[in-house]
This record gives sequence, C-alpha cells and structure tokens, in this order.
Amino acid sequence: MPILYLTRLEHFNAAHRLFNPGWSKEHNELVFGKCANENWHGHNFELFVTVKGSPSPDTGFIVDAKLLSKIINTHVIEVLDHKNLNLDVPFMEGKICSIENLVYEIWLQLEHRLPDGVRLHSLKLAETPRIFVEYFGE
Amino acid sequence: MGEKVSVFREEHFNAAHRLNNAKWTELENQRIFGKCNLPNYHGHNYVLIVKVIGEIDPETGYVIDMKLLSDLIRDNILNKFDHKNLNLDVPEFRELNPSAENIAVVIHNLLRPLLSEHLSLQIRLYETPRNFVEFPAV
Repeated sequence: MPILYLTRLEHFNAAHRLFNPGWSKEHNELVFGKCANENWHGHNFELFVTVKGSPSPDTGFIVDAKLLSKIINTHVIEVLDHKNLNLDVPFMEGKICSIENLVYEIWLQLEHRLPDGVRLHSLKLAETPRIFVEYFGE
Repeated sequence: MGEKVSVFREEHFNAAHRLNNAKWTELENQRIFGKCNLPNYHGHNYVLIVKVIGEIDPETGYVIDMKLLSDLIRDNILNKFDHKNLNLDVPEFRELNPSAENIAVVIHNLLRPLLSEHLSLQIRLYETPRNFVEFPAV
C-alpha cells in the first residue's frame, strides 16, 4: 500500500511575550528584546498539520479531512485563538511561549487523538510569513 | 504638469490588541465583539501599505524618495506600533477602539502632516490576510 501525506492548514491569532521568570527584567530585555514587552504583542499564527497513511479502499482518504480539521480545531485552535498564550493556555503554563515550545506542545495535543491507521508526520508553525518552525516528533 | 503616479511602500508590524467599549457592560462587549473582546488580548501580524499619489518630479523622476518614505513610516509608525499592545502602549488608542478601521485612520493622521501637501496619501491595513481596510475611502 502506498504511503501518502496529507496537510491541513489552520490559523489562529494570539498575543504572547517571551519571558523567562528566572531572569531579571533587564536580562529578559537583553535576550528577548522587544518580544519581552510586558504588555504583550501578537501574531497571526499558521499551523500546517501533516498526517501520514494509506488511502482507505472505501473512501480513497488517508483521513477524512473534515474530521482532521475538527480534531485540530477542538484541541488546538479553540484553545489558542484570540487568546494570550502566556495567560490563557493550560498546556503552555510554566513554559516560555516561543514557537519552538508551542509546536512541541501542539504535537502532544494531537498525536494521540488521530484515528486508527493515520499518524502525525509533522507540524509546521509560522509566527510571521518569515519565521516558522517544524517538528517531526523526534 | 507632470504625470500623476501612485507609489506604494509595504511594511509590517506585530501587535496585541482587544476590542472593548468602556461605555458598555462586559456582557454587551462580549455580545458585540465576541472573542476579540477577550480580556487578556490577542494579536496580529499587521501589513501596512502606504500609497502616495503625486506628480513625477522632473529632476529626480520620483513621486517621493522611497527611502524617505520608508524612514518616515519606520520612525513614526513602526517604532510606535511594532511589538506593542495597541490598547496599552499607544496613546492614540487610550480612548479609541483599536479596530483595523481606527488604526488606519490613526496611521494616516500621523503621516499626513509629514508629507508635502502636493501628495495624496492612502493607507491600506491588513489585520489578517483576509481582513483589510483602506482610508481615505475612495
């Protein structure tokens, strides 16, 4: 059976700041610059979710794209959209809100929620059109 | 009389905001503004397109020196808006809701006095790749 990859693109708009509570205000500003602004700033984030599997002989699908969208929306987008990532998101509590940490936590939210026969292959999270991270579960 | 030409400069800034009308109750704000009213702010990658219309200067071949326009936008808009909380950090929005419409008007009014009166100015502001506004409307 051939293995194929299917990608779903979702987006959310959120506020955040980069801040390490173990450091002084000055050291945070030195390392994170304007990203440490205590009153937050924000982005239009884009999340590319790629899953891997073989098409079902009955549907021709690896996974029903609508079902995949529903899983992503319920467990990730509704939790993050129009929120403050530092204050409002349980799975980011106590973590620095970099896109690196965020993409890893999103992986943990999705990995075990996919239907049988389909696996999470990669996540790509873009903070701006010019900065993005990728995670392959390693 | 020289030919009239429009020139455009595209810039971007990332900022947090929320929509809230201080004269309304919390419930009314939630009803009208929905998740844009959430108390801990959210954010966007704003894309700003500044359009300047004028006659070509026969000496330079320019409508406006684009380096000068770029410096004006950086010094007067980006330094004020980028990685900021529009509600808390930008004095123009202390009493004014930072909707895309109002942000476009504020940007226009900050830049207008800095340009020669022979030049026309129009602001296009993208809050997301799908929502954008123009001021003045023509």
